[in-house]
Amino acid sequence: PRLSSFVSFSSQQRIEIHKLRQGDNLILGFSIGGGIDQDPAQNPFSEDKTDKGIYVTRVTEGGPAEVAGLQIGDKIMQVNGWDMTMVTHDQARKRLTKRNEEVVRLLVTRQSLQKAVQQTMMS
Amino acid sequence: MSATMDTESTYSGYSHYSGHSKKAHRQGRDRHKSPRSKDGSRSEKSVTIQTPPAEPLLGNDASRAEEGQDDNWGETTTAITGTSEHSISQEDIARISKDLEDSVGLDCKRYLGLTVAAVLGLLVFLTPIAFILLPQILWRDDLEPCGTVCEGLFISVAFKLLILLIGTWALFFRQPKADIPRVFVFRALLLVLIFLFVFSYWLFYGVRILDSKDTNYQGIVQYAVSLVDALLFIHYLAIVLLELRQLQPMFTVKVVRSTDGESRYYSLGHLSIQRAALVVLENYYRDFTVYNPALLTASKSRAAKHMAGLKVYNVDGPGNNASGQSRAMIAAAARRRDSSHNELYYEEADHERRVKKRRARLVVAVEEAFTHIKRLQAEEQQKAPGEMMDPREAAQAIFPSMARALQKYLRTTRQQQYHSMESILQHLSFCITNNMTPKAFLERYLNPGPTLQYDRDRWFSKQWTLVSEEAVTSGLQDGIVFVLKCLDFSLVVNVKKIPFIKLSEEFIDPKSHKFVLRLQSETSV
Repeated sequence: PRLSSFVSFSSQQRIEIHKLRQGDNLILGFSIGGGIDQDPAQNPFSEDKTDKGIYVTRVTEGGPAEVAGLQIGDKIMQVNGWDMTMVTHDQARKRLTKRNEEVVRLLVTRQSLQKAVQQTMMS
Repeated sequence: MSATMDTESTYSGYSHYSGHSKKAHRQGRDRHKSPRSKDGSRSEKSVTIQTPPAEPLLGNDASRAEEGQDDNWGETTTAITGTSEHSISQEDIARISKDLEDSVGLDCKRYLGLTVAAVLGLLVFLTPIAFILLPQILWRDDLEPCGTVCEGLFISVAFKLLILLIGTWALFFRQPKADIPRVFVFRALLLVLIFLFVFSYWLFYGVRILDSKDTNYQGIVQYAVSLVDALLFIHYLAIVLLELRQLQPMFTVKVVRSTDGESRYYSLGHLSIQRAALVVLENYYRDFTVYNPALLTASKSRAAKHMAGLKVYNVDGPGNNASGQSRAMIAAAARRRDSSHNELYYEEADHERRVKKRRARLVVAVEEAFTHIKRLQAEEQQKAPGEMMDPREAAQAIFPSMARALQKYLRTTRQQQYHSMESILQHLSFCITNNMTPKAFLERYLNPGPTLQYDRDRWFSKQWTLVSEEAVTSGLQDGIVFVLKCLDFSLVVNVKKIPFIKLSEEFIDPKSHKFVLRLQSETSV
């Protein structure tokens, strides 16, 4: 019989998103949740339920974020060098939607699960 | 008379100063058949009446007269079995109550009690005055002169006596409203107390002052003042015992009328059973709807039909096992598949519909009638060309247009015997005088009101019997049940104690009324 176990670890990714112009707005194509003024217990993506960081809650299909490789559940650590671990929800939104920036460079943390297969000796 | 009725006593609508209850109790109840039920086609039921205890010299004549009439009465009336033995028609009730009023014996007891109390009261009132005056009369010359102190005491005695007089008048000089079976315990207690008290004062006065011809007049006057003070305190005790003690509610009583189950709840304080019965009856006339025997015939006929179809034949032999027979009947009746519930449902639905229809017709007729009447204003007198009528004439003028609808409605709701044409006309002219709307006029007929609303002489039962296992002078306690019977129905009274309530406090800090808003918003960027 095969025993398979999962090992989870977090990896950091650098993601560069080119904003898409839609009418008068520049959109990135994802939704954020979290912040120091929000309730961390309701965050479905965080491992630690006291984590008040900014998380990606939705990624629109075919949008710039998906194209750049952003995934749902990623925690955003930095945006263009600005720290996002201790910001309010509104501050995070503002930092992502600056009107004169066309490109945002995010540092995200992702929980990955890797399947480690172990074979036991059967004799 | 069932074995549970240990104490039975009667009281009538007369006032009665209750000093002589033992005499009332020694005379038993007379049971005699009504001699008048043979006339009138209405009295079809068998009748048994209980009269109040009458004087012995009247009783013998009455019983002898009935023996002769009993035989004839038995032949000429038809009896319906299955109804209660104590049922009686309304005309008989009216006649019997008139008979009761004619009886003389109870008045003597009442007046005797009153005179005894009045004499005692007068004696007590005059005692301090006598205490002060007697030394002056008997040995005036030996008395020490008593200056301002005595005069001050005279004034205080005078005013205290005046206050006592007013207080006694307010508390005791009232029309007694009911005749209760046993002596009113607290009143008797107070009378005895006053009597002993005054007696002991007189004794002391007689021995120490009159015999020895005490010359210290100031002391004598102070003695009289102390008597008046003590009388005022007894008056205070009387107020507390007779008036104040029962004010705080301690018991809740449930009163249920036996014929139709109408029930009410009242709060009472510490009262004796007879006084509680009085309170219940006073409230009964105000709160309960009037007793209408016509509404009960439907259920009686249903009950009669239920058991009527079964007959028991005893096949095994001559043994007469009555209880076995009745049990067999009940079992068979239960098993029989009858559709009486169906009948009841459709009958009631039909009746509802009919009543509503007639009611609608009545309301419309009355509204139309009322529009013909217009109130005459003083300044419009010259302008109005119509006739001027007083309310009675106006009522008579519009009455015919609504009479038929009203009569039909009263017949459907079986209230027709409570309203005579004269009473309707009177009510109509009353409403017209007071500028009432048609709805206000109809309020009296659409809903059956309390007994007080109707003609007092006809519907007030003057004779009530208190049936109780406990002595009627004992106080109310939790779980006591007593019954107030009158000729047509009885009121079953169930006493429950108000439970002991444990009230505790909880302090809420106003700072605890501060809240934190826990959001989880999602923004798309």
